[in-house]
Amino acid sequence: MFDYLRYIRERNFPHIWCSGCGDGIVLKALIRAVDKLGISRDEMVMVSGIGCSSRTPGYVDINTLHTTHGRAIPFATGVKLANPKLHVIVVTGDGDATAIGGNHYIHAARRNIDLTVLLYNNYIYGMTGGQVSPTTPRGKRASTAPFGNQEPAFNISDLAEAAGASFVARGDVYHAQKLEKLIVKAVQKKGFSVVEILSPCPTAYGRRNRMAHPVKMMEWLRDQTVPVAKWERLSPEEREGKVRTGIIVDVDKVEYTETNDKLIESLKADK
Amino acid sequence: MRKVIMGNHAVSYGVRACDVKVLSAYPITPQTQVVELLSEMCASGEIDAKFIKVESEHSAMTACVGASAAGVRAFTATSAQGLLLMHEVLHWAVGARLPIVLANINRAVGPPWSIWTDQNDSLSQRDVGWLQIYCESNQETQDTIVQAFKIAETVKLPVMLVLDAFFLSHTFEIVDILEAKDVRKFLPPYVAETKIDVDDPHSFGNLGSPSEYFELRYMIQKAMEEARDVVKDVDIEFKEHFGRGYGVVHPYRCDGADVILVTSGTVASTTRAVIDEMRDEGIKIGSLKIRLFRPFPVEEVYEVLSKAKKVAVIDRNISFGHHGIFFQEIKSALYGRTDVPIFGYITGLGGRDVTPKVIREIADRAVSDEKQERDINWIGVKV
Ligand code: SF4
Repeated sequence: MFDYLRYIRERNFPHIWCSGCGDGIVLKALIRAVDKLGISRDEMVMVSGIGCSSRTPGYVDINTLHTTHGRAIPFATGVKLANPKLHVIVVTGDGDATAIGGNHYIHAARRNIDLTVLLYNNYIYGMTGGQVSPTTPRGKRASTAPFGNQEPAFNISDLAEAAGASFVARGDVYHAQKLEKLIVKAVQKKGFSVVEILSPCPTAYGRRNRMAHPVKMMEWLRDQTVPVAKWERLSPEEREGKVRTGIIVDVDKVEYTETNDKLIESLKADK
Repeated sequence: MRKVIMGNHAVSYGVRACDVKVLSAYPITPQTQVVELLSEMCASGEIDAKFIKVESEHSAMTACVGASAAGVRAFTATSAQGLLLMHEVLHWAVGARLPIVLANINRAVGPPWSIWTDQNDSLSQRDVGWLQIYCESNQETQDTIVQAFKIAETVKLPVMLVLDAFFLSHTFEIVDILEAKDVRKFLPPYVAETKIDVDDPHSFGNLGSPSEYFELRYMIQKAMEEARDVVKDVDIEFKEHFGRGYGVVHPYRCDGADVILVTSGTVASTTRAVIDEMRDEGIKIGSLKIRLFRPFPVEEVYEVLSKAKKVAVIDRNISFGHHGIFFQEIKSALYGRTDVPIFGYITGLGGRDVTPKVIREIADRAVSDEKQERDINWIGVKV
């Protein structure tokens, strides 16, 4: 059996997540991915903001920063600029990265700085008690939308693609093995990479939307996700209510810290 | 109608009675229930207001600024980091002289992360030009929201109402619920003197040259000075309507008291219990709760404290490198007018419980121990 404990800060357990939460499954996939990557833990930094997902770094025995709400990406940018050799992984959620920190998310993608963003999407603010987030689907209920959400939702993978990320993938906790592979690829990619991770929140989202039982939420994940290859063959009607999973973008582009270093070198050479 | 409600909902019920037209908020513990209930009231039509779920506290306050400039009542609520993120726009609201009301649930600032109470979030907004009123009970909280709009609209400055996280925000108490139809007689519908209006265009927030800026700041200070009386008058008028008043400070058993403990927030009620106990023992002690923090009620404070032999200020906050913030305020209010010794006590940071025992320790030290530090004494710190 895989020895997770090697990567765990046991003193921080028990964790704060509710039973049935998807975040623990992501934690395990993340640990397996880190193990597979074979990168020394001293060369890895995990940075998070605020929210249920952002508790993740507190549980792993790696260099970690638990920062302010929405600002994980700028903190991570600072880390990467100070020492570009570090592998910097941002752990964040839909509220953290696409509401209060939305600006940082699109600008880091535009700049194509070599960070890996694991963006847990549970369609709600879980930690504060289930308020509408930018990804809450229209019509779904939340504590600040007791009669159904009126606003359209962000597609956060499309957002990263449009803003210029060099790697965008979507995974989910029902397909945990696949998720692990996506995380490995994202970390290996030079440039701004995002893995949007669909992770169920039975407590704040499920209970309000007829999926109070965690198993119900897992079935929902299973039924709504479609692998990209299959997605291509679906008609617009068939795509209704479904999301594609797998690698959405994988392109090679100039990366920010590299071009920055090159510029400095060339200016030095000119002297 | 009387109801048993939590402090957060006391805020919501206050807002419900005030004909507020725009509400805007971002979730943060422990404030969230304030706006959850309000969003429900808006969606169900119980109040005729628009509720926007914005993407950050900065946007929440900004939307309030926009709404207020357009001439309607606007409200938001937040805590800690959320209030700090609003900071830039808090200044804006003052500069534009907009009567916005904000409820801040006092929560300690991170890191390390804390959701529990202390006053450093609101007190770090001391100098922006918002009025600040610290509440002690759920009834007072609801009533103060109503008073706050009236005060804000009279002096054309925004008002921040402050209550302790959990000790008040999540504590259930009986509240006599105010109804909009009754409140309207006290707080008529808002008519803005200047607003964004197509028929009579105005500009808010334009460039202020050195020949104008200075005067605008002078006028803010004048409005703050005027607010000292306005807060008192509004409280008296509120009492005439609803039978409840709170004062700008609340002295308790201060007659003939040798020692007076100065408090704020929920610590004030715990302190009164300790005062009763000590009075029973024959110790001449009283307490003074500071309800209005900005503008600071200098005269009322002087009036009470100048008669004491010693003053002990309890601060659930700290200005690093100096002292407790209420301590500084009291000291500056009394400077040059009396030589009553003032002692400062820091306690309860990050939600550490301020129990009767803690307050008794402070009181005992203040009564007996002349040798203690004058300006800063840490109570209960484990180092
Ligand atoms: S509130 Fe939701 S996201 Fe947060 S720990 Fe519970 S189930 Fe998970």
